Amino acid sequence: MILSRRSLLGGVAALGALASKPARAADYAIMPEPIGEGLWLVRGADAPIAADNGGAIANIAIIATPAGTLLWDCGPSIRYARALRQVAEQLTGKPVVRVYVSHLHPDHGLGLAAFDPAIVAALPGTIDALRAQGQGYADGMYRLLGDWMRGTDLVLPGRTIVAAEEAFGGRTLRLLALSGHSAADLALIDPQSGLLLGGDLVFHDRAPSTPTADLGTWRASLDRLKALPHGGVVPGHGPFDPGGRAAIDQTRDWIDWLDATLTQAVRDGIDMVEAGEIAIPGRFATMAAARYEVQRSVAHLYPALEAALLPRVDVRD
Amino acid sequence: MWAAHARTLFGDDPVRFDPRVKVVFPMIAENQRAFPVVIDARAIAGVVRMLLLVDLNPIPVAIDYRPVHAAPYVATRIKLDQRTPVRGAVQLASGAWLVSGGWVDAAGGGCSAPPVSRVKGDWAQHLGEMRGEAWPMAGGLARLRLHVRHPMDTGLVDNIATYHLEALRVKDAGGRMLGEMDIWAAVAEDPAITLMVEGGAGDAFTVEARDTNGRDYRALLPMARQSPMPGGR
Repeated sequence: MILSRRSLLGGVAALGALASKPARAADYAIMPEPIGEGLWLVRGADAPIAADNGGAIANIAIIATPAGTLLWDCGPSIRYARALRQVAEQLTGKPVVRVYVSHLHPDHGLGLAAFDPAIVAALPGTIDALRAQGQGYADGMYRLLGDWMRGTDLVLPGRTIVAAEEAFGGRTLRLLALSGHSAADLALIDPQSGLLLGGDLVFHDRAPSTPTADLGTWRASLDRLKALPHGGVVPGHGPFDPGGRAAIDQTRDWIDWLDATLTQAVRDGIDMVEAGEIAIPGRFATMAAARYEVQRSVAHLYPALEAALLPRVDVRD
Repeated sequence: MWAAHARTLFGDDPVRFDPRVKVVFPMIAENQRAFPVVIDARAIAGVVRMLLLVDLNPIPVAIDYRPVHAAPYVATRIKLDQRTPVRGAVQLASGAWLVSGGWVDAAGGGCSAPPVSRVKGDWAQHLGEMRGEAWPMAGGLARLRLHVRHPMDTGLVDNIATYHLEALRVKDAGGRMLGEMDIWAAVAEDPAITLMVEGGAGDAFTVEARDTNGRDYRALLPMARQSPMPGGR
């Protein structure tokens, strides 16, 4: 096929017209899917943080209220968050009036630098953790992502979440202060749509990550989420779970398997490298990044298991 | 750096890259202070010495191991000061070296940030605490796992002098030397070492170690399990 300059230009113009529909700002593609009444999901890539996804791996939610637009998490960088804000405000026709940061991890909240801190809310434990560890996370993101992060500084949320609910012109949201994936994990129930936004307490067909996890409290939080009446679940990573049980059960199953398997590996004399190569059961075959997260989890959890399970053998003279 | 290291470490001995030297590590350096590495040269007969080498670390050699009555296998955790090749080099009785390895991407500072126990301030309370166990394997071998609490100071952190384990030997109940190694501060804080030495059910092993202050450490590892280990290699 021979393309004339004119047909090429026409093609480019057509692409431009298409691109303005699922809005694409900067180089991040922000494509909200409606999943409930006045609630949209922006899916993250079910992959590790990498230059080819710009760190946009976390799920984000947009909620329309009579008093303005709410964001559930705001992505890894100022560039992402600015694009997200533009798309969200176009979608709802109202300015963003609240940004919830679900927990300290940078793929969910570093983009908050794009907003006035006075509208950004997080649990007290999240703000403390960001103060202590946020700069280290930011450094890591710059190392991994380079130019995607340009202009992104660590900014702390300006509002501490203490109340169990917050209302915006008649749309009231329930805020749940939990922990386990990190020291402070926010979850949100929107009674109007019935949806539960689980943050990273809930993963779905994407292996859970454990850099700041306490598996015992994580289990307790999952039990609590499961018991609360809700419809579908938006996991922190992975596809929307319309039934509302599969993602919670799968996350719980993975954590239980991981804990039992690494414990047995230490008892069997397995080294860390070998533990990272241990067989993953077939029932987890649908989970993206499973091997990657197993190897990370070995780094996070193995030393403490060894210290607890290997007997003392030193002989003092 | 490879050319410089090769000249220093291998001198005039012949050096050949050989994929039978398996250098195994995770796909991600999640913790640059403790990156697990296995060197497994059991596919090669007659290995007398094994080096774990990190080209771009300020302390390039982590472990120099002589498996006297042991399989040519060693696992440990190392510090990574930056993105670097991590290599295993094994020497045959003829003097020839066989080398393999791969690149590891890492956030920096593994050698130049203070150890956790220095920051917590409790290193001296736990110095020399050792944990471990031995498991019988097929083929008249025993798997030995050993952890030693030690800050493994690199000397590259402000106002903390070099202080690390420098030698470790494993003996059987009769005092026969099974394997010995020199250790540098490129090994992670609280060294964790896995070896495969000659031994059978009912054996007990003695581990003797010394640090750069001349302090001696000793451990006794009975073979705790009487059935061959179900997992592992």
